[in-house]
Amino acid sequence: MSFAAFLFYAFAALALLSSLGMVLNVKNTVAGAMWLVVTMISLAVLYVLLDAYLVAVLQIMVYAGAILVLFLFVVMLLNLRSDAFAAPRSRATKFVGALVGVGALASFLSLLPGALPRVVEVPASFGSYRDVGLTLYRSYVVAFEVASFLLLAAVVGAVVLAKRRLD
Amino acid sequence: MPIDVVLKTLFIVLVVVAAFAPVITWVERKQSAVMQDRIGANRADIGGITILGLLHPLADVLKLITKEDFVPEGANRFLHALAPVIAAIPAIIGFAVIPYGATYQFPGYAPFTLVAADIDWGVLYIFAIGSIATYGSVLAGWASNNNWAMLGSLRASAQMISYEVTMGLSIVGVFMVFQTLKLTTMAEAQDTTFRIFGFLETFGMVRHLPGWLSWVKLPFWGVFVQPLGFIMFLSCIMAENKRPPFDTPEGESEIIAGYHMEYSGMRFGLFYMSEFIEVVVIGGLMTAIFLGGWSIPYFSKDAILGALTPVAGSVLATVLCMVAHVATFLLKVVIMIWLQMQIRWTLPRFRYDQVMDLCWKIILPLSLANIFVTGAVILLVQGAGK
Repeated sequence: MSFAAFLFYAFAALALLSSLGMVLNVKNTVAGAMWLVVTMISLAVLYVLLDAYLVAVLQIMVYAGAILVLFLFVVMLLNLRSDAFAAPRSRATKFVGALVGVGALASFLSLLPGALPRVVEVPASFGSYRDVGLTLYRSYVVAFEVASFLLLAAVVGAVVLAKRRLD
Repeated sequence: MPIDVVLKTLFIVLVVVAAFAPVITWVERKQSAVMQDRIGANRADIGGITILGLLHPLADVLKLITKEDFVPEGANRFLHALAPVIAAIPAIIGFAVIPYGATYQFPGYAPFTLVAADIDWGVLYIFAIGSIATYGSVLAGWASNNNWAMLGSLRASAQMISYEVTMGLSIVGVFMVFQTLKLTTMAEAQDTTFRIFGFLETFGMVRHLPGWLSWVKLPFWGVFVQPLGFIMFLSCIMAENKRPPFDTPEGESEIIAGYHMEYSGMRFGLFYMSEFIEVVVIGGLMTAIFLGGWSIPYFSKDAILGALTPVAGSVLATVLCMVAHVATFLLKVVIMIWLQMQIRWTLPRFRYDQVMDLCWKIILPLSLANIFVTGAVILLVQGAGK
C-alpha cells in the first residue's frame, strides 16, 4: 500500500467516524460542531490527495475556519443545553426517517459499481488557484455572478431582519 | 525524510520558538517600562547576575510549570485541555512557508531554497491555519464554564472572523502586482528596484527622463507599491493576534481576562507563548510580503554574487551571500517586531464597536477600492507598454 493510499484510507475512515460522532452528539451541540470540524479537515486531506489544492485550502478556510466558527458562535450565544430540545419525535416519524435513510443508502450503493471514475493523468497545473480562477472567470462567469447575487440577497435579507429587531 | 527539510525546520524552531519568542517577552516588559517611565524587568537573577533582566523568561517558565494546574468545576475537561493546544499549534507551524533566504546553488549540487515548505499557495496556507487558530480561543471560553470567559470567546470569534475577511481582501492588491500567492516567488520579485518617476515615461508625459530623475530608485517592495495594503494588512493581522489595541476578547477592565481567565500554569503559558510566537510569525510574513523578504535593498542577489564570485570563488561567495540574506531577513523581522511592540504600548485598547467599525466600515471599503485602483493601474501600464 502506497503512502497516498494509506492516507486516503486513514482520513476516509476519520471522516466517516467524525460524521458519526456529529450525528450521535445531536444534543451536545458544541461537541457535534467540533466533530464536524474534524470531518471538514479530513475532507480537505482527501482533496489534497486528489491534487485539488485550492479546494482543500478553501475547505479549511471557509468551512472549518469560518462557517463552523459561526455555528459555534450561534450555539454559544443561544447557550443551548440538552433539555432545550423538543421531546423525542413519535414512533411513526422515526420509522419514516429510518426508511428514507435506508433508501438513500441503497440508492448510493446501487450506483457504486461502475460509478467510480478511472484514474486519469492530470496536467501539473490542475487544481492550482490560477487554473481554477481562469476556469471560474472565463467559462463560468455567469454562474459565478448569479451565485454572488444570491449571496447579496441573503445579506440584504439578514440586514433587513436584524434592523427590524433594532428599530 | 530528506535531511534538508529537517535542518530547515530545526532552524525555524530554534530561531522563532526557542530564541525569538522568549526574548520578546523581555522586550515587551522593557518596552512597557520605557513607555511608562520605569526601569522594567531587572530583578530575576542567578547568584546576583541579572544580564539586563534577560533571565525573566526563564523565571516565567519556572513559575508557570510549578503553578497549580487548575480546572474549574463544571468545565468540559477534554476541550479545556485541548483549547490551548489548538491555539499554540497554528502559531508554531505558521513559519513553515515563510522564506528566510533565496534559492542558492553550490556547484555540483541541486539548487535549494531557504524555506521549510515551498508551496504554491503559501499565503492561503497562512490564512487556513489562522482560521483554525480561532478555535483555541472559542473553545477555551466555552469549556471553562464561566460567563466572563464565554463573553471573551464570543468577542474573539466575532473579531477573528471579521478580520479574516478584510485580511484576505487587503492583500489582493499585492497578489495582483506580484502575480503569485507563493511567498518565495513574492520575495524574489521584490529583489529589484523601480524608478519612482518611471511612470512619467510610461505614460508619455516626458519622452526621456532626465538622468538624475531616472536615478531616483526605490526597492520594488510591497510596502512601496502597495502602501495602503501594508497598513490595512498590518492592522488586520494584529487584530487576528488579539493583542492590544485589539485585545477586547481579553479586556481586563471589562471581562477580567476573557477566554483564558480559567487557565493557570502551563496551560495559560501556551496561550501566552502562542501570542508571542504569532508576533514573530507576523514579523516574518510582513517581511516576506511587504519588506522584500531576504533581499538587500539596491543590491540584488545576482549583483552580489557577480561581485563576490571573482574575488572569493563561487562556493564562498554563495555562503557569504546566504549569510547576508538571512541576516537581512532577521533584521527586518526584528524591525517589524519593534513596530508591533511600539503600536501595542502606544495605543490604548479600542472599544468593541470601534474594533468592528474599523474592520467593516473602514478597511473593507478601502481594500475593495485598493483592488479596483490597482487593477486599473496595471491595465493602464500594460496598455501604455504596447
